[in-house]
Amino acid sequence: MTEPLVEIANLQAHYGSSHVLHGVNLTVGKGEIATIIGRNGAGKTTTLRAIMGILGKRNGSIRIRGEETIKAQSERIARLGVGYVPEERGIFASLSVADNLLLPPVVAQGGMSIEDIHALFPNLRERSRSPGTKLSGGEQQMLAIARVLRTGASILLLDEPTEGLAPAIVQRIRSAIEAVRQRGQTILLVEQNLRFALRLADRHYVMENGRVVDVIARAEVAQKMDCLQRYLGV
Amino acid sequence: MSLDQLSGQLLVGLINGSFYALLALGLSIIFGLLGIVNIAQGAFYMAGAYFSWLLLQAFGVNYWAALVLAPLAVALLGVALERTIIFRVYGPDHMSGLLLTLGLLLIIQGLFVYIFGANARPYPVPEELRGGWDLSFVFLPKYRVWTVAISIFVCLTTWFVIEKTSLGRTLRAANENPVLTRAFGVNVPALMTFGFGFGVALAGFAGVLAAPLYTVSPLMGADLIIIVFAIVVVGGLGSILGAVITSLSLGIVEGFTKVFYPQGSHMVIFVIMILVLLVKPAGLLGRER
Amino acid sequence: MATIEVTGRKASPGVSSITKPVLWSIGLLVFLIVPFLVYPVFLVKMLCFCLFACAFNLLASTTGLLSFGHAAFFGSAAYTAGYAAKAWGVPFEVAVAIGTMTGFALGLIIGFISVRRQGLYFAMITLALAQLVYFLAFQLPFTHADDGLSGIPRGYLLGFLSLDDNLVMYYTTLIICIVGLAVTYRIVNSPFGSILRAIRDNQPRAISLGYSVDKYKIMVFALSAAMSGTAGALKAIALGLATVYDLHWAVSGDVLVMALLGGTQTLLGPIVGAILVTVLHDYLAESGLPVPVLIGTTFVLCILLFRDGIVGELKRRLRL
Repeated sequence: MTEPLVEIANLQAHYGSSHVLHGVNLTVGKGEIATIIGRNGAGKTTTLRAIMGILGKRNGSIRIRGEETIKAQSERIARLGVGYVPEERGIFASLSVADNLLLPPVVAQGGMSIEDIHALFPNLRERSRSPGTKLSGGEQQMLAIARVLRTGASILLLDEPTEGLAPAIVQRIRSAIEAVRQRGQTILLVEQNLRFALRLADRHYVMENGRVVDVIARAEVAQKMDCLQRYLGV
Repeated sequence: MSLDQLSGQLLVGLINGSFYALLALGLSIIFGLLGIVNIAQGAFYMAGAYFSWLLLQAFGVNYWAALVLAPLAVALLGVALERTIIFRVYGPDHMSGLLLTLGLLLIIQGLFVYIFGANARPYPVPEELRGGWDLSFVFLPKYRVWTVAISIFVCLTTWFVIEKTSLGRTLRAANENPVLTRAFGVNVPALMTFGFGFGVALAGFAGVLAAPLYTVSPLMGADLIIIVFAIVVVGGLGSILGAVITSLSLGIVEGFTKVFYPQGSHMVIFVIMILVLLVKPAGLLGRER
Repeated sequence: MATIEVTGRKASPGVSSITKPVLWSIGLLVFLIVPFLVYPVFLVKMLCFCLFACAFNLLASTTGLLSFGHAAFFGSAAYTAGYAAKAWGVPFEVAVAIGTMTGFALGLIIGFISVRRQGLYFAMITLALAQLVYFLAFQLPFTHADDGLSGIPRGYLLGFLSLDDNLVMYYTTLIICIVGLAVTYRIVNSPFGSILRAIRDNQPRAISLGYSVDKYKIMVFALSAAMSGTAGALKAIALGLATVYDLHWAVSGDVLVMALLGGTQTLLGPIVGAILVTVLHDYLAESGLPVPVLIGTTFVLCILLFRDGIVGELKRRLRL
C-alpha cells in the first residue's frame, strides 16, 4: 500500500444510546480507491460520517494524513483535504446550481477549475442558474461530486453515488471517478452496487453489523466472488 | 381629510414601516441562521438608542458617529451573549430559544431601567437634518425622510449581500443545512455568531434612528417587538423578503388607517395576521421550520 | 410524561408515599395561618396568581402549548367582573362567574384561531392576539383606558359574610383556589387529559385514531382561559381595581415565567413559581433592587440548568 492517508483503528460510534459501530478498522492509501460494501444497516454510511466528523459520539482513532481527528470538528477535517459527497447528495435548494458549485471553499491547491468541471459535466453548465434541486437525480449526483472536485480535496468520501441512477448516468459517474483517480486523488467509496464497486476499487472492506468482517483485494475478487455475494445477500 | 393629512400620515407610516423592517430583518436573519426567535430584539433596539444618547452625553460623540458606533456596541453585546449563553440552546427545539431570549429581555430591560431610570431622555435631531422641504401638498421633515431612506438602503444592501455575494451564499447554505456546510470546511459556529451580532446590530441601528424621533426610554422597544412578531408571522419566519415587504406595507396601511380610523391603526396588523393565518397558516412567504 | 402525582399512589420508594400527603397537609396548614402573619391583601393577590399560573399550566402540561397571551383572559375578566360588581351591583359569586365565563368565551375564540399551530407559531399568535385584545380594551368606553376601573366593591360572600374583612376575602380566595387546583387535577387525570397527552406526544397517531385534535385542544384552551378569568375576577374584586395593564403582555410573560420557573410537569410547580415571582415583585420592589433582572436571571438559569423548573429539579434530586 502507498502512504496511508486515512487510518481508522477500532472506531466505535453511537447514535444517541444505540451503539452502531463496534470497532471498525480501515486504511486507505494515497491514490487508492477503497470501497466499503455490505448490506443496508451495516454501518457503511455511519463510518463515512464518522470520518467526516458529522457523527456525535465517536471513540477510537481516525488519522487523516497522520493527524488524529477523532475529536475534531468537521470543518477542521474538511480543511485537511477531505471532500464529502453524502448519500442524500445534499444539494441546497436555496442556492442555484452555480452557487452550489461555488459554495464549498477551496481547501487545497489542485482543485478542478470551473471550465474543467463543465467539460466533465456539461449538464451543469447548461443548468447553472437553476435552483439546485430542480436537477434530475443524476445531475444532482454529478453536482455533488463536482463541487468537492473544485475544492482541491484530495481524499474523497463518496456515499452510494450510483444509487437510483440509470445505467447511462452510472457510466458517466464511473468515468468521473476514474478521471479523479488519474489526478492522484484518494477515494473511499460506499457502494451497494457490487459491479460498480468491483470495477473501480483496489480493495474492498466488507462491513456487517458495525464491524469490518473481511478485506478483499482486487486480485482476490474472482476467487471470493461467492463469499462477496453472500455478504451482500445477493 | 386633506391631502396634507394623508401624506403626513403616510410618511409616519413609512417611518414606522422602516423601523419594523429593520427589526424584522434582524429577527429573520437570526432565526434563519440560529433557529432562535429573538424576543429581546426590542431590547437591542433600545440599547442602540441608549448607546447613542450616552455617546453624546458622556463623550460628545455626534449622531453620525453614533450611527456606526452604537450598532457596533450592540453587536458586541449580542456576540458576548451569544458566545456565553445563547449558543447553549441551539437545537431543534425553537421554544428554548424564545424562552431564553425572553429571560434576556427581562434582564436587559431591567438593567437599563435600573441604571438610567424609567424617564425618557431627549436626543436632538442633528443640525444637518433639521427643517424640511415644503412641497405644496405636504411638509417633508428632513429627518423623517432620511430615516426612511437610510432604512430602505440598509435593507436593500443586506438583501443584496445575502442574495448576491459569496458571504450571502454561505449564509444561505448554513441556514438550510448547517451540518453539511460545516462538512465543507465553513466555520458555521463563527458564522452564527456573526449572524446574531449583525441581526441585533440592525436593531441597534434602528434605535439610533429612533432616538431623535421618539426620545430614549427603557421601554421603547417593548410594544414594538410584538408588532414585529406579527409581521414575521404574516411574512413568514426566515423569509428576508417577506419580512421587509410586509413591514413597509404594514407601515403604509397603518398610516392610512390612522387617517380614517385612528384607534384602529394599532390593531390593523393583528387583524391582518388573523386573516392571513386563517388562509395561509405558514404566512405569506414562509416555510415551516 | 405529565404525571401529576398528588397522592402517594405510585409505588416509588417509601419516602414519597408518606411524604406527599404530609407535605400537602403542611402546605395547607401554612396557607391557613399565614394571613395572620402577612398582610392578607398581598396574599390574596398572590393566590390569584397561583390560580392564574395553575390555569396557564393546565394548557401547557396537557398539550405542551405555551401561550404568550394569557393576560387577555385575566385582564378581560378583571374588567367584566369588576364592571358587573360596580355598575350592575351583582353579588360576588355572580361577578366571579361572569369573569370566568368571559375567560371561557374569549378562550374559545382565541383558541380556535391559534391551536392549529404549535410551538413557536402558537406562542407568537397568542401573543399577537392578546395584544389585539389589549388595544381593543383601550377603545371600549367602560374600561376608562388610562385610569382603569377603580372602586370595585367586594360585596358579600353567600349574601351575608362581608368580604371587606380581609380575612374573609383571603379564605374565600383560598377556597376558590383549592377548588381550582382540584378541578385542574381532575381534568389532567381524566380520560380527557389522557387523550390530550396522547395528542401532545403523537398528534398524527391521534388523528389516525379518529380524534378531532383541534376540538380537544380548543376545549382545554378555553378551560385554561376560564380559570385565568376566575383569577382575574378575584384580583379585581380583592384589590378593587382593574386596569388595562392587566391585559398587557408583560402579565402574560409573568405567568409564563411563573409556570416555567416552578415547573410545568407538576401541580405544585406553577404555585411555587407564582409565589416566588410575586414575593420578589412586591417585597423587593421597596429595596430598590432591579426585580426584573433577578427574575430574568433566575429564569435564564432555570432554562439552562433545570429540565423542569425548580419543583421538577427538586423532585428529581430528592426522589432519585
